[in-house]
Amino acid sequence: MNVTEQDTARFMEAVPRAYRDPTLVRAQKIGLWVFFIGLFCWCLYDFNFSPERIWTGLERLGRVLSFMFPPHLWETWEEWLEIFTALGETIAMAFMGTLLGAIIAFPVSFLGAKNINRIFWVRQGTRRVYDVIRAFETLILALIFIRAFGLGPLAGILAIAVSEIGTFAKLFSEALENTSKKPVEGVVASGGSRLQSIRYAIMPQVLPVHLSVLLYNFESNVRSGTILGIVGAGGIGFMLSDRIAGYFWDQVWTIIFLIIGMVYIIDYLSGLIRTRVIGKWEGAR
Amino acid sequence: MTATADVTPLRPVQQFELDYVALRRRQKLGWSIAAVLFLIAFTFSAWLGDFFKVTQVTNIDGSREWRWIIPAGLPRLGDFIERTFPTIRFETFWADMGEWFWRWRIWMNLLFETILIAFMATVFGVIGGFVLSFPASRNLAPNKWVLWICRRYLEIARTVPELVFALIFVFCFSVGPMAGVLAIGLHAAGALGKLYSEVNENIDMRPLEGVKAAGGTWFDQIRYGAVPQVLPNIISYTLLRFEINVRASSIIGYVGAGGLGQEFREALSLQEYTDLSALFVIIFVTVIVIDYGSEKLRHRIIGLEKGPA
Repeated sequence: MNVTEQDTARFMEAVPRAYRDPTLVRAQKIGLWVFFIGLFCWCLYDFNFSPERIWTGLERLGRVLSFMFPPHLWETWEEWLEIFTALGETIAMAFMGTLLGAIIAFPVSFLGAKNINRIFWVRQGTRRVYDVIRAFETLILALIFIRAFGLGPLAGILAIAVSEIGTFAKLFSEALENTSKKPVEGVVASGGSRLQSIRYAIMPQVLPVHLSVLLYNFESNVRSGTILGIVGAGGIGFMLSDRIAGYFWDQVWTIIFLIIGMVYIIDYLSGLIRTRVIGKWEGAR
Repeated sequence: MTATADVTPLRPVQQFELDYVALRRRQKLGWSIAAVLFLIAFTFSAWLGDFFKVTQVTNIDGSREWRWIIPAGLPRLGDFIERTFPTIRFETFWADMGEWFWRWRIWMNLLFETILIAFMATVFGVIGGFVLSFPASRNLAPNKWVLWICRRYLEIARTVPELVFALIFVFCFSVGPMAGVLAIGLHAAGALGKLYSEVNENIDMRPLEGVKAAGGTWFDQIRYGAVPQVLPNIISYTLLRFEINVRASSIIGYVGAGGLGQEFREALSLQEYTDLSALFVIIFVTVIVIDYGSEKLRHRIIGLEKGPA
């Protein structure tokens, strides 16, 4: 069966919306596209994306990239040790920061959960506090802590810990809200107090979720912790910004490769731990 | 008679008890090993992280003494935070506010620049992520080499932090928002490419087979079979990414790549403490407004009945 011109015309008349939007919708769509493209072009002009600037930039980028191979390999053990200590510092910062954040967020998260804290205003107030904490960038927190504790990984740990309090408290209290009510009713029916119902009915449901959140945030903190050194808060970022400032591009690439390798290994290991400890259990979802 | 007593099989209950004890022992051993490993990791990280460091502090009377680093630093932290609070009296409220936000013209311009950096970086990220997400999905890749290369590229682009890209691009393209746009855009392309390709892997393959059966090429299959299915999710992820990019572009100026971050650096080095809190208020309000606005937009586009993707 072939579709003729008449068929098409007949269908266009029968179901016009399938072929063409109403004029108003079309005008809105065109307007939106014009606005976005106009804004984009204006940005190109305002940010000075001129062809010669792009060209010289690409030329320099090419020269920088040409230093990628062969990557620099340090000769003495001391130099390697320095780099590995910095990598270890980054992991330690992520580990301690995540842990401290979780330890503080755990009790606080109960205040923000609907099924545990029944007082509306206290709950809403706590939640807004979580939001404010999450609004602080880790990098800005690191700058603040450097003022108090000096340059070094301690400032990075505290920065990660504080910004994680907000994230963990939010995610933990959401996990608490997603628990099933039935075990709680069981504990209450057999004469348990509210505290006992939390301990024996809610905690077993949320702990695997919390652990999974913890591991996931640890991974992301290892990634984000690599930059804290750029402002002086310890870890591999300091080595990196130091080498970039001195134009040691071959060493920069080696460090970037090491960071990528480290993140891969951490992802792989935490995947192993996740399946080992949590399994494929999806009880409290 | 006596010979058979030795080989009498254990009663099932006894057998169960024995197995249970053995299992418990194995579990206890596993948990103790895990606990010891955890303690070692904890102590080692605490040591690497300067937790046991002792530092010298100067007392008010000028004498110096050695103290543990955390109690030594906490008063300084309190002092720092106290200084960032502006003095606002009720009688001279507007004058005080004016003094607090004294550079508001410059800050508003920079804030606008920050949002534009985020916008442009999102555009670049969406284009890059969208184009690469199809060859990076297992079900759509033309062959496994293309798949492997695209996936590794996206992984590297999102593993390296945008600030590192920014440092490199500032060297190549000189100081200014262009370096920031390229850095955040490259990072966003890596992150979005992964999310998009996960969406692509969950689509219904039958429309693509239909296009193929009608004689469509690989591009036709993607264009008419895959894109209409993934578009709502792509819009949702894009809006989420725009929020993340606004945050990223607000600090990227710290390394000279445009936006408000530069002001943070200057306020810190010039010790204009109240400027820090003013800048924080500006960024906080902006992020809240953008979060709220894009949530409304997302719900309108996707339809609330399906829920946010």
